[in-house]
Amino acid sequence: MPKREDIKKIMVIGSGPIIIGQAAEFDYSGSQACKSLRAEGYEVILVNSNPATIQTDSEIADKIYMEPLTPDIVAKIIEKERPEGFLGTMGGQTGLNLTAKLAEAGVFEKYNVNILGTGVETIKKAENRELFAQFIRNIDEPVPHSFAVSSLEEALEAVNKIGYPVIIRPAYTLGGTGGGFAHNREELEEIVTRGVDASMVNQVLIEKSLLGWYEYEYEVMRDTNDNCITICNMENIDPMGIHTGESIVVAPAQTLSDREHQILRSAALKIIRALEIAGGCNIQFAVNPEKWEYHVIEVNPRVSRSSALASKATGYPIAKISAKIAVGFSLDEIPNDVTRETPASFEPAMDYIVTKIPRWPFDKFRDAEKHIGTQMKSTGEVMAIGRSFEESLQKAIRSLDIKRNGLCCDGREPETNITKIEDNLSNPTDKRIFYIYDALRAGVSVERIVELTKISPFFIYKIRNILEMEKTLLEYTLETVNEKLIKNAKSLGFSDIQIANIIGGGEESIRKKRKKLGVTPAFKMVDTCAAEFEAKTPYYYSTYESGDEIKSSRKKKVVIIGGGPIRIGQGIEFDYCCVHASLTLRKEGVESIIVNNNPETVSTDYDISNRLYFEPITLEDVLEVIEKENIYGIIVQFGGQTPLNLAMPLAERGINVLGTSPENIDRAEDRERFTEVLKKLGIPQAEYGTATNTEKAREIAEKIGYPVLVRPSYVLGGRAMEIVYDESQLERYMQEAIYVSEKHPVLVDKFLENAIEIDMDAVSDGHDVFIGGIMEHIEHAGVHSGDSACVLPPQNISREVTEKIKDYTMKLARELKVIGLLNVQYAVKDGEVYVLEANPRASRTVPYVSKAIGVPMAKLATKVIMGKKLRELGYIGERKIKHVAVKEAVFPFLKLPGVDPVLGPEMKSTGEVMGIDFDFGRAYYKAQIAAGNNLPDKGKVFISVAGRHRRGISDIAKRLYGMGFDILATDGTSKCLAREGIPAEVVRKVSEGKPNVLDLMRRREIDLIINTPTAGKVPYSDGYYIRRYAVELKIPYITTLAAAEATCRAIESMREGEIAIRSLEEYYSEHFNELRLEDFR
Amino acid sequence: MKAVLLLNDGTVIEGSGFGAEAEVYGEVVFSTSMTGYQEALTDPSYSGQILTLTYPLIGNYGINTEYFESERINVEGFVIKANCQEPYHRSSFENIDDFLREQKIPGIAGVDTRALTIKLREYGVIQGALKTSKEDIDVHKLMEKSLAQKPYGEKDLVRKVTTKKILQYGSGEERIAVIDCGMKWSIRKNLLKRGFSVSVIPAFLKVKEILDMEPQGIVISPGPGDPVQAPYVTETIRELMNHEIPTFGICLGHQMLALASGAHTFKLKFGHRGANQPVKDLSTGRVYITSQNHGFGVSIESLEGTEFNQTLVNLNDGTCEGLKHRSLPIMTTQFHPEASPGPKDTEYMFDVFAEMVHNYAKKRRY
Repeated sequence: MPKREDIKKIMVIGSGPIIIGQAAEFDYSGSQACKSLRAEGYEVILVNSNPATIQTDSEIADKIYMEPLTPDIVAKIIEKERPEGFLGTMGGQTGLNLTAKLAEAGVFEKYNVNILGTGVETIKKAENRELFAQFIRNIDEPVPHSFAVSSLEEALEAVNKIGYPVIIRPAYTLGGTGGGFAHNREELEEIVTRGVDASMVNQVLIEKSLLGWYEYEYEVMRDTNDNCITICNMENIDPMGIHTGESIVVAPAQTLSDREHQILRSAALKIIRALEIAGGCNIQFAVNPEKWEYHVIEVNPRVSRSSALASKATGYPIAKISAKIAVGFSLDEIPNDVTRETPASFEPAMDYIVTKIPRWPFDKFRDAEKHIGTQMKSTGEVMAIGRSFEESLQKAIRSLDIKRNGLCCDGREPETNITKIEDNLSNPTDKRIFYIYDALRAGVSVERIVELTKISPFFIYKIRNILEMEKTLLEYTLETVNEKLIKNAKSLGFSDIQIANIIGGGEESIRKKRKKLGVTPAFKMVDTCAAEFEAKTPYYYSTYESGDEIKSSRKKKVVIIGGGPIRIGQGIEFDYCCVHASLTLRKEGVESIIVNNNPETVSTDYDISNRLYFEPITLEDVLEVIEKENIYGIIVQFGGQTPLNLAMPLAERGINVLGTSPENIDRAEDRERFTEVLKKLGIPQAEYGTATNTEKAREIAEKIGYPVLVRPSYVLGGRAMEIVYDESQLERYMQEAIYVSEKHPVLVDKFLENAIEIDMDAVSDGHDVFIGGIMEHIEHAGVHSGDSACVLPPQNISREVTEKIKDYTMKLARELKVIGLLNVQYAVKDGEVYVLEANPRASRTVPYVSKAIGVPMAKLATKVIMGKKLRELGYIGERKIKHVAVKEAVFPFLKLPGVDPVLGPEMKSTGEVMGIDFDFGRAYYKAQIAAGNNLPDKGKVFISVAGRHRRGISDIAKRLYGMGFDILATDGTSKCLAREGIPAEVVRKVSEGKPNVLDLMRRREIDLIINTPTAGKVPYSDGYYIRRYAVELKIPYITTLAAAEATCRAIESMREGEIAIRSLEEYYSEHFNELRLEDFR
Repeated sequence: MKAVLLLNDGTVIEGSGFGAEAEVYGEVVFSTSMTGYQEALTDPSYSGQILTLTYPLIGNYGINTEYFESERINVEGFVIKANCQEPYHRSSFENIDDFLREQKIPGIAGVDTRALTIKLREYGVIQGALKTSKEDIDVHKLMEKSLAQKPYGEKDLVRKVTTKKILQYGSGEERIAVIDCGMKWSIRKNLLKRGFSVSVIPAFLKVKEILDMEPQGIVISPGPGDPVQAPYVTETIRELMNHEIPTFGICLGHQMLALASGAHTFKLKFGHRGANQPVKDLSTGRVYITSQNHGFGVSIESLEGTEFNQTLVNLNDGTCEGLKHRSLPIMTTQFHPEASPGPKDTEYMFDVFAEMVHNYAKKRRY
């Protein structure tokens, strides 16, 4: 069927901020969908609140609304834009929920909007557990039986029907507490009794337990002509019991015979036909390891994290094809982009093995419960490609950027204690894969490992091959090792560092030896068809074989190193910058080459660069690409800290690092050297000292005075950074900090309490500077800049301060000869401006600034890096805007039980949203709504603040009271409020017995919480429980005075009138964009 | 064990040997199917060929009694990237190394099968030799012998693989005669499943003997080689066509029916071998993913003037995938509706054929 002509304008929904379980993959799919729809001549309206997305670029959609993704607001946009089509399946769960709610509210009907792709009925069937089970049973496919019971008798009856083991899940509890697995009557009694109690409706679900069954996923597509194909199947190495997002996954499935594969494939196609899905769909199966038996576990009727992985794993662009199907095309009418000559109606054949490993945030959350299970905790993932499983696995481990060079022999101390190993095998954490290796090494049998992990022996045997290679290599030295052996080791994914650690010599000597023996990687193409047809896609991976397929050109070529997996501190913002850099290079006639390993992102889409290398970002792997390509230069400033760490070693090897020189990067990053720079320029800095031991740290703190900010030098995302208020806290910190980083000393900074923090993003060409934005943080200094809300333009700083900031920025840019992006963080206290740090690279705020001011900063920087001058580009001075853009961070607390949801110097957020309007209050309100904090306009506010905040809170309480809110407070806070004439109802603290504040929260009698933490880390205090409950009950809560004040203003603005919506284009055009041509000096 | 794969254009590929110690010759072809190595190895259509699989990990789930497509391995030699020494599957009884050794078939592992596939794609399939040996291998001597071999396309491989005597299966009332040019067991299973009794008959059986069996349906099976090398089968088919018995030609059977009706066949550059070939039904517009294994095709132009209409087309290269006779109950598919390995999308073809047989049988009864 040809495309629909009755539709001209289509609204596409993005997925909002990056959260655990919903990451960059939806920017990737949404961008593909928009591009593909525009290519067909449709006008595309995009709604997304996340500024760090490619899909919100003006090149991707015709109109962009950076507004909260709530039904009310999207309905308003529909009313204004009147699209004929609506595509919600590109926006993850957010998109699906929104589609369902808008349909329920009758919005589509009212405005005559066609839902494109999968319809609402299908969404309901797939999303509602009971409807889903019923539906699957109706088409004669097996689905686990589930019974809702309220008593032990009913539970026993249910078990009689399904048999042990069973999984028991209490309905409606906090964080899934009270559930568990029962293997016998005794366990059942205990868990059911406990679970019925814990449930708010005194009900538990009893379901047949598939724990330990093998888990397979099928990515399937269907068009409206009922043609169905499978894109890829995937096997979770970790069996049932571990969320697929938490599991190590391989593609294609390794342990299914053809007959078994065809049974599951046929079942998958039967299900999408019955569901009448139009587009991509993910179907999960559990397979009994003991005998042939399977169950349908889950259906995701939309593009997903798995479909992004399948797209990158096969080269088949699922989202793009889904969008074409949504507007009426059938699969055979759509060409396969990769071969260009064959149609999209085929099934990709792979001739390599793909391994995905999740990236967990446990390095950032020391308090988090680190066991992995049915709750997703990882923030991102890496993918690696190899011609053997072992190679693919070890490359994936290297890609994680967790200081591991492979599975073994990289300096990691192997565990030898069998008890500890076995415990870690049966109670998995993020490190299980390493424990499997250690278990084999310690002589634990494959059978025993299988018994404890339930992982298929197939994979354990493969891991044992890596151990065998380690043992073989041990018999050799750098001198005696031969070509064949090195090649075999490389084919199993060993890095030079691992080999060096076994046979001696450093990484460099192994590399030299390898080159001398002629052992270099071949680069092979990902082509969807296992070489059956000639492919046009420039998408490659390395392996140690003979047939190299790179046809390198003689054009000017530049390598851009990507940011790797999404993790806290290095998010999608850096991928955004890399994509912009790549597109700009191509526009400027330079060939762009991207090296990256994140399957979720836009940068690893094959049409972003001239050539894409899916590789780990390590010195060895990057050097191999560089040597193959004969490049002009390399850009490291866009991908965050990971590529930046490679700047110096690459420069030392004579590689042309473009933009700010590695030498000057080091001058900015090294604390001592940076202090020299500041001294030379006469720019103030907070007092600090460097300590190599506890004694020294104490001395420094004493000298500069508490509170002090302590952190190890050279860190990413403020890891292990803390504000300490006294000596005892300092001592405790020093003990832990030494453990974090032995090589680097600890920095002790004077902490500027209550200072306003400023972020500044600029582009410099070494002489002139363009300031994109000066952003004022809402939270005061002490909250990590990535976690603080901020506003552009600044609201509370004087003209003199702004001028100082501009002056310092200019001086720093010139002194450090910055070519490209520059981010400087300032603290303003009592009219004095201090420099906190300068980063001559892309910062996390670049996309937000670019979206706020309508100038793509990373593109501008790329042009400058390639030799253009700001003056000739017409960008000098500062961009002034008349609207206000607020950025708010989004946190993963709900998914991480145990973590105290309080802000501090360590970064904890996973993503961000932007609220934009013409005044601060409204912009802040929109940002809060977009971040999921549903600020109330009436009701009850609970206030409990630390002693030092009591004075500041009364003004806020007064304003809230004035707006008609009822004030509830703890005893201490209420007394203090009473003195100011604000009546507050006293509520018991947790420690004061029942009913207390938690009971009120549970009964939803509190609408907003203002709770500031006491100084220093006090685990499991009252405040901790209040904040944790707020997170889990989804009650908006505020943990700083500054945010409370901003919230007050937001509620005030909101009460003044309805929220208006405008597209970014309207904001950009409604004011005069002032670019003042001025030379600061 | 040492191993050398050489191609007649002079390409020499060294690897490590597995399976039997032997020396074999054949046409080197590739298949892109990611699963189903056991089915492929035992498929008689691979007779005369050295098979390479593009998927690098082979043997992962071992060898299983249920996955045989004939009683023996039919490929001459097996070329892969890696053979799995330690497979895991609850019903596996041995690994692929032992399987090949018992069946006296040589295998070579450690080959860059992707590079080899690109070569075959660019130059077309080519004759070659595979030798495994504990001793050093004299490549020149092997090359000389390889060049002296009779080309694949000039061999009558059907005679080699066909059953030597009539085999009877099932007890259904309606009887299907399968002319065995290299039948896969899945074809037999599909017919038995639909309630037929099945007679698997030698390809060289005379028409009279076939008619004496009074079959209500005839299947002309897939098989190896160039269809013109078994003219006796084409001749049999031509005569059988006059008797209006429902006939289903699969793969080689499809080509032979086309030849019997006066159309031509031709050799494809590197054939279609895999489990992902898209085929479109020209009457409904529906697309099916099919399992394929063939090196020859029916010329679409040559169908003009015959009694056949083209019903199915390959969406990758536009080649003919199926025919239907204008007046007689005869249908053909170039692909394998019995799959094994491969998707079951087109298994319904057996239902269509079964319907034709039932109608014919009903008519004969009255």
